[in-house]
Amino acid sequence: MSTPVVFDAATRLYPGSTVPAVDRLDLEVQPGEFLALVGPSGCGKSTSLRMLAGLEDVSSGSIRIGDRDVTHLRPKDRDIAMVFQNYALYPHLTVGENMGFALKIAGVAKSEISTRVADAARILDLERFLDRKPKALSGGQRQRVAMGRAIVREPQVFLMDEPLSNLDAKLRVSTRTEIASLQRRLGITTVYVTHDQVEAMTMGDRVAVLKDGVLQQVAAPLDLYDRPANVFVAGFIGSPAMNLGTFAVEDGDALVAEARIRLPRATTDALTTGEVVLGFRPESLERVPAGTEGAFAVEVLVVEELGSEAFLYGSLGAKLHNPQLVAKVEPRSVPAKGSVVHFRVDPERLHAFSTTTGEALPTA
Amino acid sequence: MTRKPRGRDERSPLSSLALHATLVVATTIALFPVVWVLLASLKPQDAIQSTEIHLFDHPTLENYRRVLFETSFPHWFLNSVVVAIFTMVIGISMSATAGYALSRFNFPGKRGVMWLFLITQMFPVAILIVPIYTIMANLGLIDTKASLVIAYCSVAVPFCTWMLRGYFDTIPPELDDAAALDGLGPFKTFWYVVLPLARPGLAVTAFYTFLTAWGEVAYAIAFILSDKNLTLGAGLQQFVPRFNPQWDLLTAGAVLIMLPASLVFYFAQKHLVAGLTAGGTKG
Repeated sequence: MSTPVVFDAATRLYPGSTVPAVDRLDLEVQPGEFLALVGPSGCGKSTSLRMLAGLEDVSSGSIRIGDRDVTHLRPKDRDIAMVFQNYALYPHLTVGENMGFALKIAGVAKSEISTRVADAARILDLERFLDRKPKALSGGQRQRVAMGRAIVREPQVFLMDEPLSNLDAKLRVSTRTEIASLQRRLGITTVYVTHDQVEAMTMGDRVAVLKDGVLQQVAAPLDLYDRPANVFVAGFIGSPAMNLGTFAVEDGDALVAEARIRLPRATTDALTTGEVVLGFRPESLERVPAGTEGAFAVEVLVVEELGSEAFLYGSLGAKLHNPQLVAKVEPRSVPAKGSVVHFRVDPERLHAFSTTTGEALPTA
Repeated sequence: MTRKPRGRDERSPLSSLALHATLVVATTIALFPVVWVLLASLKPQDAIQSTEIHLFDHPTLENYRRVLFETSFPHWFLNSVVVAIFTMVIGISMSATAGYALSRFNFPGKRGVMWLFLITQMFPVAILIVPIYTIMANLGLIDTKASLVIAYCSVAVPFCTWMLRGYFDTIPPELDDAAALDGLGPFKTFWYVVLPLARPGLAVTAFYTFLTAWGEVAYAIAFILSDKNLTLGAGLQQFVPRFNPQWDLLTAGAVLIMLPASLVFYFAQKHLVAGLTAGGTKG
């Protein structure tokens, strides 16, 4: 009974603008899938969601929900429910009325409405609040009412626009799991927009990364992490971010500060210029004694000790895209600030990108 | 001896005195004419014009009896009620819908409409009376209540549209989006979601439109010719001709005029509550 959603070259060009906010978006959401749409602010992720909701016109291309072309249907004819970033509860209605409002408008019988509202309230632990107005609720409770309003509809697709961004950090983490498990239980196709890549990675069955209105990559969270399609995805996914730098290539070796890093044959063959963008995640750095082959020296600036892990921020003898190099180190034996340590990149986990296109280069 | 330190919210005795003195003076100035009319309305005719001033002088309700039973006052009163209520209902419907459109939708000429509404406010009534009179005459509406309702709406609607637009702007547009997804079209969104939240704004505009029509004199004198169609403002003038003004009737009539206006204000102010949209959105 779950429904697929398809964006087919969907484009949104705002009047008076020459750059599309969403540029030929091709995206298929599988039935029952939880798809997280992630990207920096202004990347067009919310616009994409609002196009699917019918709140934003589609300039060209089409959008299908199931086998229906909804491109030019009004929101109410699309059979979707949306959770807004600021919840958008009706302040003059009680929690129960808020949740049952869509059904009431649709002319559903009163007894049926109250059963469905009661069911949703039980799932979301809102039973005690049904007669209250939204202003008498806490932020977390309002968020649940907004979820409830969507659930009661039993729609074909859930749309969520950063529903957790107004919650405090702790509540956000617990609500994150609640929403994900609820979605899995209901099995309703969900498109979830967030700017927080941790949220996207932890909740999504698949994650779609957008930048400047263009889809960069869609993949399962780990695929995205292990095989980013380009420099942007590589830098965006993962926290702390991947270390990225542009280095000269000489005789098949990349010159990283004083070290020479051997590039795989496939990578050098694909190079079109004498330079390469290399990426290595903080955990792909291995601390080695000075003088080890391929090792470079790093001066320690800061060490973040989080208990279970520790991250070292240091300066390298070469320029990186970010000002500092980040390395994951043993949390119980961190080097002192100001000291110089040596690292080597795990060759298996080295990412290479073209300096001209930013696309990933083959490493094997 | 140490003085008790003043809290942040406490005033010094001197500034407190100055403040209260100002308030007392201002209140007196505001209330004096009203109280004076009220007191005068209770005096017999000769006492009102007497050079000796007493607060009470043979208090009587005789003036009220005469106004209500021996003049056309009840007739004028009814006319005013009809005109004011129609102005209020039509004015609010028009300005609320126009204000909503201006607040939520983009359409060609939007700025032009708003400027037009603003500019029409700048003409004094004295200038407008003649052209509007000509229009009414061409429409055959002279000496009808409809002419007054239309004229008053032309005064009230532009102002109320601006005001309601401002109020609608404070209602989060996400609520419109939520309503659209819940199955409401633009008009139902307006009716079920936006209007209930705009109650304070509507109450103020309702009161304003009512007052615009209720006490108005200039248009009423110009457009209404027959005694039976006069409204209160115009009718009361008949009590004070240049010679031999009937202050007894005028004051009693003036007090009676105040009552419905106060009643409308009483109902309007009940809706003047802040924070109606609280809790709907966060962020």
